Amino acid sequence: MTLPTQHDISQEIAQLVATDTATSGTAHHPDRGYAPYRSSLLRHPRQPLVAVGDPDAAELRGPVFGTTDVTELDADLTRGHTGEPLGERITVTGRVLDRGGRPVCGQLVEVWQANASGRYAHQRDQHPAPLDPHFTGAGRCLTDDQGRYAFTTIKPGAYPWRNHHNAWRPAHIHFSLFGTAFTQRLVTQMYFPGDPLFPYDPILQSVTSSAARACLVATYDHDLTVPEWSLGYRWDIVLDGPTATWTEEDH
Amino acid sequence: MHPTPSQTVGPFYGYALPFPGGGEIAPAGHPDAITVHGHVYDGAGAPIPDALLEFWQPGDGRAGRPGSLRRDPATGGFAGRDGVTFTGFGRIATDADGHWAIRTLPPSGAPYLSVCVFARGLLHHLFTRAYLDPDATDPLLAGLAPERRATLRTDREGPRTHRFDIRLQGPEETVFLDFR
Ligand SMILES: [Fe+2]
Repeated sequence: MTLPTQHDISQEIAQLVATDTATSGTAHHPDRGYAPYRSSLLRHPRQPLVAVGDPDAAELRGPVFGTTDVTELDADLTRGHTGEPLGERITVTGRVLDRGGRPVCGQLVEVWQANASGRYAHQRDQHPAPLDPHFTGAGRCLTDDQGRYAFTTIKPGAYPWRNHHNAWRPAHIHFSLFGTAFTQRLVTQMYFPGDPLFPYDPILQSVTSSAARACLVATYDHDLTVPEWSLGYRWDIVLDGPTATWTEEDH
Repeated sequence: MHPTPSQTVGPFYGYALPFPGGGEIAPAGHPDAITVHGHVYDGAGAPIPDALLEFWQPGDGRAGRPGSLRRDPATGGFAGRDGVTFTGFGRIATDADGHWAIRTLPPSGAPYLSVCVFARGLLHHLFTRAYLDPDATDPLLAGLAPERRATLRTDREGPRTHRFDIRLQGPEETVFLDFR
């Protein structure tokens, strides 16, 4: 089987962007069936989702995490090994909010990422870039009473994948977030500003509205940069979905 | 505020999200514990080896409890659940053959386990429910055609064993839910 070329994929991306602007332009989450991302083809439902209107639905509340579930070192991905990882040390911080703009406090944030060379510490990652014995690339923390999270890590590298010929993912950090309700669950990816790979990547471009895509890109913040130590990035996250206490009027 | 868009969990979450005892939601040795297990399939009927499932069921007072992924402050590793607390939360990745299994308590309050499905290839997670009580009915079930309703019910394989297969696409596609 020959893989599609980047040109093929870029054309498909362009067509789907055009469709989006012509219709609503307000799609924030990606369509689960987004053909340029080939793995989505057999892995999305064709039937419409069924709306649940039950005000007592269990999903309007959710899992709870606490101080037993994290240690302080978990938020520093550069620690926990016998030496310092290679790469550009960065701090990534921001706030987790609900869609009413309220902080999501005391909830679990998990991250994972490739190393500075673009290689995951995962058996199935076949990219022939070096592993770093001093970097695993997984971390977690709880948001504070303002909804803030913070991680120290290294900037991940771009990496190739087999969606199409010469496919490369822009550098990104995977994020997993919990709100106060299971309905607010979010798994997403944070990107770095100005990455030249953005237009070529069908995973980022599956978010077909440019305004929504911008929500996935962190901001470089010199005030977060620590002298002689690390570069600072800010990225705020807004969780979707109703909660037991959420009402339309709060919006 | 505009929600942050979802992106796929991708293929490499394996060293970050699953944790030891993630599927052991029932306190160890609990006499009421049940096993729920099944496969996750794609639209061609092939098992999905890189799916991640999360389970949520409220406990007493409809609230969850901390302690699902307790950390060991000495080693930095996972200490496992404490063997007493029912946290209501479980997380399990599918095996190489697309199979998963959890041990939990029968749901109380609501007659279902809430399930959230993540997978490589899935750009935005999916919610579904596993109804364990064969006589359960509620507005959601009542509003579905019988063959679709059947996708939300577990098959009882034994007195304490339920099977719940999840089909992301195809003629027996699982009913997935939307909460607005
Ligand atoms: Fe990735």
